[in-house]
Amino acid sequence: MNRLIQISRRNFGLARKCLAVEGDAFRLDEYSGKYLGHRKVNFTEKLEIIDANKTAAIPIYRVTNAVGDVIDQSQDPKFDKDQALKMYKTMTKLNILDKILYDSQRQGRISFYMTSFGEEANHVGSASALEPQDLIYGQYREAGVLLWRGFSLSQFMNQCYGNSEDISKGRQMPIHFGSNELNFVTISSPLTTQLPQAVGSAYAFKRQPNNNRIAVVYFGDGAASEGDAHAAFNFAATLTCPIIFFCRNNGYAISTPTSEQYGGDGIAGKGPAYGLHTIRVDGNDLLAVYNATKEARKLALQNKPVLIEVMTYRLGHHSTSDDSTAYRSAEEVESWGDKDHPITRFKKYISENGWWNEEDEKTWQNEVKKDVLREFGAAEKRKLAHYHELFDDVYDVLPERLRRQRDELDKHIEEYKEHYPVDRILEKKL
Amino acid sequence: MSLRNLIHFSTKRCRFASTLSVREALNMAMDEELARDKSVLLMGIEVGRYDGCYKVTKDLWKKHGDQQVIDTPITENGFAGVAIGAAFNGMRPICEFMTMNFSMQAIDQIINSAAKTYYMSAGRLNVPIVFRGPNGGTPGVSAQHSQDYSAWYAHCPGLKVLMPYDAEDAKGLLKAAVRDDNPVIFLESEVMYPKEFEVSDEVMSPDFVLPIGKAKIQKSGTDLTIVSYGKAMHTVMEAAKVLKENHNIDVEVVNLRSLRPLDFDTVAKSIRKTGHVISVEESWPVCGIGSEIAARCMEDEKVFGAMKKPMMRVTGCDVPMPYSMPLEAKALPVVDDVTDMVKKVLGKN
Repeated sequence: MNRLIQISRRNFGLARKCLAVEGDAFRLDEYSGKYLGHRKVNFTEKLEIIDANKTAAIPIYRVTNAVGDVIDQSQDPKFDKDQALKMYKTMTKLNILDKILYDSQRQGRISFYMTSFGEEANHVGSASALEPQDLIYGQYREAGVLLWRGFSLSQFMNQCYGNSEDISKGRQMPIHFGSNELNFVTISSPLTTQLPQAVGSAYAFKRQPNNNRIAVVYFGDGAASEGDAHAAFNFAATLTCPIIFFCRNNGYAISTPTSEQYGGDGIAGKGPAYGLHTIRVDGNDLLAVYNATKEARKLALQNKPVLIEVMTYRLGHHSTSDDSTAYRSAEEVESWGDKDHPITRFKKYISENGWWNEEDEKTWQNEVKKDVLREFGAAEKRKLAHYHELFDDVYDVLPERLRRQRDELDKHIEEYKEHYPVDRILEKKL
Repeated sequence: MSLRNLIHFSTKRCRFASTLSVREALNMAMDEELARDKSVLLMGIEVGRYDGCYKVTKDLWKKHGDQQVIDTPITENGFAGVAIGAAFNGMRPICEFMTMNFSMQAIDQIINSAAKTYYMSAGRLNVPIVFRGPNGGTPGVSAQHSQDYSAWYAHCPGLKVLMPYDAEDAKGLLKAAVRDDNPVIFLESEVMYPKEFEVSDEVMSPDFVLPIGKAKIQKSGTDLTIVSYGKAMHTVMEAAKVLKENHNIDVEVVNLRSLRPLDFDTVAKSIRKTGHVISVEESWPVCGIGSEIAARCMEDEKVFGAMKKPMMRVTGCDVPMPYSMPLEAKALPVVDDVTDMVKKVLGKN
């Protein structure tokens, strides 16, 4: 009897040990497969809370240094002359367009404007690495992407004036561009709403097999703080959508510096935690942005969502409603402009290839200025849309109630036409 | 399909031909639309494998699969946004909120993006989408699960807002919502889900669709017009019976069905016939649907001229919904509130 008990005790001990090992293996398998996206996980008996301040920062991928020298030749995308010049010309055209439209707002000719000074390379570098069928959701400071895709100066001006030839019929405030033809979704002012929407579009693309199409959504370091950003990252990872999240980290959200915007390793630092493929890129290096976007597009097409954080600096004010000298020094802005300008960096690349010289620069600057001013003047003179447009497109079919309101407005304007700028509007559509 | 399944299926159909619950009607509407058009998506929290929190989406995932029925992470603003983006690109999502109370988390996506993008893009980007879920008072779930959003959404141009009362409404209006090219808010009631109604063979047909923007004379009458919608209609229909049987008052009941666009022509016609009008709603009184009806009565000379007495409103109490049962019962209109108001307006109390 005694012996029997002894034996069973020993067996029980063994069984317990077996069960413990088996149970641990079972749990690790469950945690790994069901809780942690198939990441291998182990138990540890070492009590250690991860110090967020001591994790290494994700490095900044670059091809050129601050003066524009290619550091590792294997990373040179080897643009041909035409492509490189189109890139340079798009960046400089954007720059000139911004200067003139910014001043026109200051003169009270348009109500609002936002410049892209200092961010030209991240617009053009990313846009040129995408395919025309890829759908773009901008935040609002992505005019360079549209310019690359072929939005004309006249279309920019018409939109800023909201005249009769504006494709959005004067319904959106300036710089809220949109173009179905160029696959650019009309801009939405509330920050970050575009992120989950872009995931939804990407999901729609995923449903259509072999369509070689991804969604690319731009946003700023400030927008990343909105709950919508969290939702979008999470959805992209769980729905495995063909999407690139393109964060332009330019140091400021209007006046809020990034140091007050988030803790941790910037925006890229969040990527792996959400299950997103991630890269941090020198945003003032067109070549690096191009390479990164090109590579990200390949991943996105395999339904692996990618987060790109480009590091850059907003040289201009947030918008015409902002005076940034209230929260940053003129010296800070000057230092960035002098020490690292994306256009200067790329100019070195094309100059050293023998494709561009100072004479070309002068001719080009004059030509663009002339074009911008000509289109600007034409847009200003163009007639405004007929006021019937006010009632259209609230619904796909004009509701009876709105039709009655429109009829009342017709009568009213007929009676009091001397008080309305009727000569500045187009004739009524038949 | 095995013989057993066939028999099971056919008995079910027979039962449906006579009565249909609101839950079954909603389920049938989505089932038919998912089958009819592969671009229709159903998404929301637990709508798939779990059959929906209130089982309105029962078996839809089993029938239509992962491609069309998507269980989402818990983030209302997230899946509302995802649905809008999908709608920009050829999908027709039905976006379920576990309750419309949680749609407040997604209100920016619904108003600023879904409702306005068609206008802002000058008619170049439309948003064919349905936001649906249980709305309004539900017993025992207090302030944050019992709010009625009818007036909130009906306020906004760009949206269409539908609120069914019975099984016929539920099926016909939801199918119309899915087929509409504009964003539609579809407000259901948890209390009404299990309620069964007699329906015609026409309602059972997969082709049955109701027009959006048309009210229904749910009961015709001569003495007074009651304008109501949604779950409050249930109270109104009871009250109409009591009024007829106990007081010999014959009311006409207008079931609005659609709050935006609002079919005031049907309301006006009824008031011109009866000369008296009250509205009954479970929502709060300030800036409510009743207020809107009253305003339109004032603005329409013919209607105003036909009214023998001022219009009165029966509404929910102007407080957040309390939890305690006796307090909760006092917060929503009951049959007596309606009959008392009718008698008061007719000078019969």
